[in-house]
Amino acid sequence: MTRTAWAILRKDLQIELRTKESVPAMALFSVTVFVLFHFGLKRNEIEGDLAAGVLWVTLILATVLAVNRLFVNEREQGGIDGLLLAPIDRTAVFLAKAAALFLYLVLVEVVAVPAFALLLLGPDLLKPLPSLVAILLLADLGLAAVGALVSALAVETRARDLIVPLLLLPLLVPVAIAGANGTSPLFSGSQSPHELGKWLGLLGLYDMVFLLVSIAVFDFLLED
Amino acid sequence: MVEEPPDGALVEVEGLERRYGERAALDGISFELRRGETLGLFGPNGAGKSTLLRVLATLIRPHAGSVKVLGGALPGEAWKVRGRVGYLGHDPLLYRELSGRENLLFHARLHRVPEERVDELIAAVGMHRRAGDPVRELSRGMLQRLSAARTLLHDPPLLLLDEPYSGLDPAARELLEPLIGRASGRTRVLVSHDLEEGAAECDRALGLRAGRQMLLDRPDPARLKELYR
Repeated sequence: MTRTAWAILRKDLQIELRTKESVPAMALFSVTVFVLFHFGLKRNEIEGDLAAGVLWVTLILATVLAVNRLFVNEREQGGIDGLLLAPIDRTAVFLAKAAALFLYLVLVEVVAVPAFALLLLGPDLLKPLPSLVAILLLADLGLAAVGALVSALAVETRARDLIVPLLLLPLLVPVAIAGANGTSPLFSGSQSPHELGKWLGLLGLYDMVFLLVSIAVFDFLLED
Repeated sequence: MVEEPPDGALVEVEGLERRYGERAALDGISFELRRGETLGLFGPNGAGKSTLLRVLATLIRPHAGSVKVLGGALPGEAWKVRGRVGYLGHDPLLYRELSGRENLLFHARLHRVPEERVDELIAAVGMHRRAGDPVRELSRGMLQRLSAARTLLHDPPLLLLDEPYSGLDPAARELLEPLIGRASGRTRVLVSHDLEEGAAECDRALGLRAGRQMLLDRPDPARLKELYR
């Protein structure tokens, strides 16, 4: 299964490198939203709850863009039939798609987080950076698992662009809560290891639940 | 381990039904296909030919009746069938941004087929000069040749071919005939709109109209023509 998942992931990354459809769009979207907040809030610097809220809402909305595109190549170019005809464990398709989305999110954050720090964030980002990276990586895992599941669900529908946000955003509320609460103290200079651990734990639990649910139901989603 | 069906019927279909909503796309189809035989599917557009191929390929489920392909009863034993049929449909199942060779390598990895087989088939379908070009830059005929190579990668015992020669020039057709044509000796289900050619390619003909089986007999172009009236 790992070999199959790697083959599908490699193919997806090759296509993304050539088309540059998802990652640049997500990164550009994130930076644009930060610019809009910069002028909309009429503030040069934000911190605490407000900063955490702006960062997480932006990242979650950027995720919607990638989720909309995740299965498009399979559907529009008939690739899904190619996958269904092959003697493969279909969990490998889920793992590959979730891994691709996870990598896209990490790449986007490499651009978006420094842009956020430059355009909006008041407090210094360097000191709480390791904690922020831990929260982002755990959140990305959950976003990737739920995103791959929703993308597979929505790809067969005609109103895909509408269905994805309607299904995805409610499912991502726990990520927004844990992400924002975990990062808020980091953005106000009052980091408490106990508090951080609580939110990291919640994100870890969310990841585990949705990874297991996705693996359990994904096979049925690809059935006719 | 999947057992090979004993000599005899590779495909057994009895009373197959498949609906799209309220409309019956296939209604009471029954036939058998023996090893080495070719069954031709004939009928006007919308008769259910492509739907029948997709059911046999495990891409869509039958809604009623019994369907057994290569020893696997569908839909419950579809896992026995996947990876053992070669399906050449209307879509080439190739990613436009990848080259022909990259596409075939991807499918070879899914089917656990060695890389050498990819190069062997690229040469066999006469695509060695353009195999490195992105698929989006290739003509319809070239796509069909690559698609035929994809279909044969895993050397399947059963071929499901939906108008396999459409878009091909005579030279390309000559290249593909030994691979997927009658001369290949493979067991095939073949959809064709060319009655003369189609009849010459098959041992028996299954005529469909609006999802219903109208005839199952030796191929006779004059009788097949009546299906289109």
